[in-house]
Amino acid sequence: MRKSSLMVLATVATLFIVSWIFKGIALEDIYESNYLQGFLLTFSAFLTLSIMSFLYKDNPFYKFSEHLFVGVSAAYAMVVGFWTTIVGNLVPRLSESLSNFFQIPYQEGTYNFFYYLPVIFGLMLLMRLSKKHGWMSRIPLAFIIGTTAGLNFIGYLRSDFTNQIAATFIPLLGAAGEWKGIGDFFSNLSLSAGGQLVMMLSNWVIFLGVFCGLIYFFFSREHTGLFGKASRVGIWILMITFGASFGYTVMGRISLLVGRITFLFKDWLGIIS
Amino acid sequence: MRIKYSFLLALFLLLIPFSALIFGQDGAAASGETESADSLALTLPAPVTNLKAINTPNDHGHSFTVTWDISADDGGGLKNVLFYRVMRSDNPDSSFKQRGENKLPRGASTYQDNGSKRKESDDFSADFTDFYYRIDAITIDSNVFSSSGIYGPVQSKGEWYNTGRTPVLVAVIIFLILTMIFVALAKKGADLYIRPLAGIEAVDDAIGRATEMGKPILYILGLGGADQIATIASFTILSRVAKQVAEYQTKLIVPCYDPIVMTVAQDIVKSSFMDAGRVDDYKEESVYFVTQSQFAYVAAVNGTMLRELPATNMYMGKFYAESLILAETGALAGSIQISGTDEIAQIPFFVVACDYTLIGEELYAASAYLGKEPILLGSLKGQDMAKAAIIVLMIIGVVTANIGGETLENFRELFKVIN
Repeated sequence: MRKSSLMVLATVATLFIVSWIFKGIALEDIYESNYLQGFLLTFSAFLTLSIMSFLYKDNPFYKFSEHLFVGVSAAYAMVVGFWTTIVGNLVPRLSESLSNFFQIPYQEGTYNFFYYLPVIFGLMLLMRLSKKHGWMSRIPLAFIIGTTAGLNFIGYLRSDFTNQIAATFIPLLGAAGEWKGIGDFFSNLSLSAGGQLVMMLSNWVIFLGVFCGLIYFFFSREHTGLFGKASRVGIWILMITFGASFGYTVMGRISLLVGRITFLFKDWLGIIS
Repeated sequence: MRIKYSFLLALFLLLIPFSALIFGQDGAAASGETESADSLALTLPAPVTNLKAINTPNDHGHSFTVTWDISADDGGGLKNVLFYRVMRSDNPDSSFKQRGENKLPRGASTYQDNGSKRKESDDFSADFTDFYYRIDAITIDSNVFSSSGIYGPVQSKGEWYNTGRTPVLVAVIIFLILTMIFVALAKKGADLYIRPLAGIEAVDDAIGRATEMGKPILYILGLGGADQIATIASFTILSRVAKQVAEYQTKLIVPCYDPIVMTVAQDIVKSSFMDAGRVDDYKEESVYFVTQSQFAYVAAVNGTMLRELPATNMYMGKFYAESLILAETGALAGSIQISGTDEIAQIPFFVVACDYTLIGEELYAASAYLGKEPILLGSLKGQDMAKAAIIVLMIIGVVTANIGGETLENFRELFKVIN
């Protein structure tokens, strides 16, 4: 290890210990186990800063946080999956003796042969570990993908297809029966949100937006001439929508950043109240 | 004097009931619906009429739809009906129990009685079992109510076909026919034109670049499960990429978020290496599971990007909040980046941070572009025809919307899908 690296490590370790002691003293009136709380708070701040150090470049502190994060989350997910799905849901429906073993109440009268299917499929998935019987894992995979894709297909067709088509059935001259000639239209011209002009404009934007957007997604025809122009309008509409969505989401992300900054400056350093 | 006062007192006492009658009537007339609660509860209300219970259509069973005509004293007559209570029993003579936790408010004339399909549940409602219904019209005092006649027996059952989803079936059939026609044409050798897409054409170049630089290709399948359409499309692209990678003997890295996706991806990559005749070069550890925690996964992939410095990063599939973090890190690492997702909220991030982005349906089309197989080309052409049909329907719909009235309602009805 280089001397400079050792110095950085020593500095960080010193700062960590100093922060731990100071936070421990500061939390004396709040917690009984104030030094433990001080350690947890300091460690949280250390991990936050370690992850943020990635903005500078990849470094050992980031690597440590990354590996800790990945390891803990993967292990936690596995433990939760085992205890909630297998022990929590499956065991009490299948076996009284296993329920007693895991010290959970057996659900009498809930026995159903179909509960064995996930057990069998799960075991077949584990067959991947065997070179000889690895092919068996493809059967549950085919079942999972085929079934869920089929189920999603119906949902997508309903929400993204039929409902979307029906939503474009909008009057382009304002509400049905509202159009009473151009003279009436101009004499009652208004920029109010519920006015005929605004309604007409928004309906035209929806109609042309969907129309040109669909044209853009035509793959089997060359985008030239009038078709190409409509396609161009389509991509413009898409980009404007993406721009609006981008700005909206960025604002949401900034609130996440504010959350971490608040943690560092309020909970850890106590600079802001 | 005493007699006079006694007489006046007696007269006053006599007048009290009359005055109560006179002023009570006036008060009631003046205040309309503000009758005292006690007086409402005194009289039994008229029972509901025309009670009917049917098996709820288009469902998995265990459910009844109960309808009735409201009591004559609900909103009219004595106006003393405040609630309705739906009662059910498997015996017409006794053991009626209230269905649902709450009573229904006055004016209600229908109730969907959904029981549980799980036998262990207290609310289990068996199919093909006789049930009897009764509706109680209740006054403010829940002990003062009128019961309707008993309706039954009625049985629930599940249906094999949901008529409410007929529009979906029709759409599927039309799409299927179009696809089959174009697949047949493609198999016969018809020249099906497909316009070039920059993002897809860049895939070959990106693999070539990685080979020349001697650096790996990082392929990310996103955070979706194996059931997501975007992930399935991504599998097809991965297959093509892996085959080319095998031919060029380039290194491929596929960190996975979902264990099932990892399993499928391993099979796909292995098959592609076999197709390329280089099964010995396949390394199972090149497709690996990271974690199922969103940001822990991002942290790990970001680390891989900066340590392995891949020449090309491909993001194909379902992405959420991690899209910009991944794409930004990839850009910092100097990789060529190609992305594709149908997650509309994430497309803007890929557009700004990646060199090429497949927008929405382009991701699904990519597999057909890369494969050039008749089935995929035919389906792509079929999709285009479906889009043309949508445009025609849109125009008809807009015209009917301007006409309004029944024409529009009837046309809209064609697209109404009921769960």
